[in-house]
Amino acid sequence: MEHLSGFVLPNSGHNRDDEASKMGMWLFLFTELLLFGGLFIVYMVYRMLNHEAFLLSSFELNVTLGTINTVVLLVSSMTIAMAITAIQKGDKKTSVRLLLTTLGLSLVFLVIKYFEWSAKIHHGLFPGMDFYNNLPKGEALFFFLYFIMTGLHALHIIIGAVLIGVVVHRTRQNKVNQEKYALTENAGLYWHLVDLIWIYLFPLFYLIH
Amino acid sequence: MTAVSTQLSFFDTRKGLFSWIFSVDHKRIALLYLYSLITFFLVGVTLGLLMRYELLNPGKDLVEAKTYNQIFTLHGVIMIFLFIIPSIPAVFGNFFLPIMLGTDDVSFPKLNLLSWWVYIVGALMALSTLVFGDGPADTGWTFYAPYSVKTGTNVTMSVLAAFVLGFSSILTGLNFIVTIHRLRTPGMTFLKMPLFAWALYATSWIQLLATPIIGITLLMITAERVLGVGLFDPSIGGDPILYQHLFWIYSHPAVYIMALPAFGVISEMLPTFSQRTIFGYKAIAFSSLAIAFVGYFIWGHHMFTSGMSGTARFIFSMLTFLVAIPTAIKVFNWVATLYKGSINVQPPLLYTLAFIFQFMIGGFTGLVLGALATDIHLHDTYFVVGHFHYVMFGGTGFAFFGALHYWYPKIWGRMYNITMANIAFVIFFIGFNMLYFPMLIVGLMGMPRRYYDYLPEFHLPNMISTYGSWVLATGLILMLANLAAGFFKKGPKVGRNPWNGITLEWQTLSPPPVQNFDRMPEIPLNGPYDFENKPAIKE
Ligand code: HEM
Ligand SMILES: [Cu+2]
Repeated sequence: MEHLSGFVLPNSGHNRDDEASKMGMWLFLFTELLLFGGLFIVYMVYRMLNHEAFLLSSFELNVTLGTINTVVLLVSSMTIAMAITAIQKGDKKTSVRLLLTTLGLSLVFLVIKYFEWSAKIHHGLFPGMDFYNNLPKGEALFFFLYFIMTGLHALHIIIGAVLIGVVVHRTRQNKVNQEKYALTENAGLYWHLVDLIWIYLFPLFYLIH
Repeated sequence: MTAVSTQLSFFDTRKGLFSWIFSVDHKRIALLYLYSLITFFLVGVTLGLLMRYELLNPGKDLVEAKTYNQIFTLHGVIMIFLFIIPSIPAVFGNFFLPIMLGTDDVSFPKLNLLSWWVYIVGALMALSTLVFGDGPADTGWTFYAPYSVKTGTNVTMSVLAAFVLGFSSILTGLNFIVTIHRLRTPGMTFLKMPLFAWALYATSWIQLLATPIIGITLLMITAERVLGVGLFDPSIGGDPILYQHLFWIYSHPAVYIMALPAFGVISEMLPTFSQRTIFGYKAIAFSSLAIAFVGYFIWGHHMFTSGMSGTARFIFSMLTFLVAIPTAIKVFNWVATLYKGSINVQPPLLYTLAFIFQFMIGGFTGLVLGALATDIHLHDTYFVVGHFHYVMFGGTGFAFFGALHYWYPKIWGRMYNITMANIAFVIFFIGFNMLYFPMLIVGLMGMPRRYYDYLPEFHLPNMISTYGSWVLATGLILMLANLAAGFFKKGPKVGRNPWNGITLEWQTLSPPPVQNFDRMPEIPLNGPYDFENKPAIKE
């Protein structure tokens, strides 16, 4: 900032402060959790009211694909954690490679999700389609919640992937390096959150018994 | 560069519209918020005056029933989401939090600018319903299902606007929390922070932890309207009570997003104008946190009449009474601060006293509504309308204008006409009470809210109330005209500390330079209001 001439305070808001940016990310993650929290409340209430229907509908979901996706995300959480360790050690090459692996895994997740969704849409289960409109109320609610919650989650995967892409780019430019890697850490935090939410979504939709 | 730039005020470093709307300086962003807030407030006031005009006499005076419903909805949406929720944090928090902490900006200056832009986008979305689509929503600002799912008016846009505005509020809250943790001047521990900073701290946590819930709830309303899924509309399998729960889980804590910052500015003005330390610093600081915490668990008091188990009602009612305790602690402390102080009666103090008086009426009527038996009678009557105007307008609104009078000389480096400010205050105060006190009475008599018409026996109080609204408007115009002088660079210049205040903003130039301080700020020895050891301030 060109105005910051003459007297400058030691505790300036324009100083680099990695602690602050991590704290900011944590706070942001709280809001994300609560955003999904609202949906979890709605899910809980309607599942209690429509127990049978939710159970029945959950059989429509493909547990194998769901499990594969869970594993994919867990592995991706691991690779991004390793990318952070690598950059801390100054190994930029490995860090970038691990980030690209994470990015690849996020794509695998999205592709699998795409096939799951299109199968459901093919069967007319998307809210507003003719078949959907004739479903019993409980089942309709199940599929509505399924689409809105996994959809919102997929949106978060996409945002996370873009963020990881930015980190890769910055690392290659040497703007992220051994001395300065808060961005990688923040991307990692965000990615763990996305992962965590899926860990809840998976049993709630696929594994009702 | 030279020391000259240190002396240059933040108004003068750069010129032109773009240097403002893309500025990352917290002071400029604060003023952007101020000008936009006042504009929307005046739109809201105009709608309020229209409603009062309609209610001057029984029967139709001005507008159709449906138009009236749209007016009170838009009035509510503007006043809540565009004015009172952002008001004190976005304007005075932005401007003064960094200065009072002795730093030069918030932790994330760019996010700060983003929050203003998001706010403007949300505001334009809300106002766009006036022109586009099928007219503004007519549901009330609460958007209760199932009506909000069924009505033909443009609920979708209003709801999305509220969602976007919530995002702006989250960004501000996040920024303040990190700033308070990271940027306090050396030596300023948490317990040496001014109480305004404490209040903003508690508020920011509520903004962060409550706003996402309403965000997702409002998105569900949109999904229900667009996709026809039965979430909240019972005729297609939904549960309307669930909507009310989700709505109030946010909107009750939101009441504290409105009230706590007001408590904060009151706690700044009282020590300054009685020239003594605040009574019970810790009690005030921690009662803010207590209110924020308890405030999370009492949302059900809005739903006593909509179907809940007796036990749930009993618990919600009891918890509601509990919040009165930390609130009363504050009031007692404020009043005790005045005791044996050397009181200097200036416009900001008048607003402070009016705040205490009116907030107390708001608080006591709140207890009446929190009690189960009385609420059955009073729910959805004008008593409620009177109650929440006393809290939000008579409380937070008055604190906002008080703060404007208090920090005005610091922001613009000039003083307004004090006599004029006092006259405007008296008219404003009389107008306010004339406008809203009759609402409490007519509510007790049984007049329901949200109607454009009423029975003839309610005529007299309604007439007084409408005349009151004209008195209030006169006071408001006088006040704003008097203050507009600063914007146009009129009025006598002031030094660093015209009120003899003690917090750090009074140690720097008026208006402050871009980097806020031209020399290292000094904190008083024993806490922020230690008038005995007040650091000497050289001009
Ligand atoms: C000149 C100033 C104002 C006037 C004349 C005014 C008048 C009114 C009236 C008559 C109503 C009741 C409508 C009805 O139930 O039929 C109302 C509702 C409301 N007012 Fe105000 N008001 C003013 C300022 C404010 C302020 C400053 C705030 C907030 C800080 C506010 C917030 C609200 C809210 C939230 C509602 C409820 C809307 C709803 O029922 O959905 N008002 N106002
Ligand atoms: Cu409440």
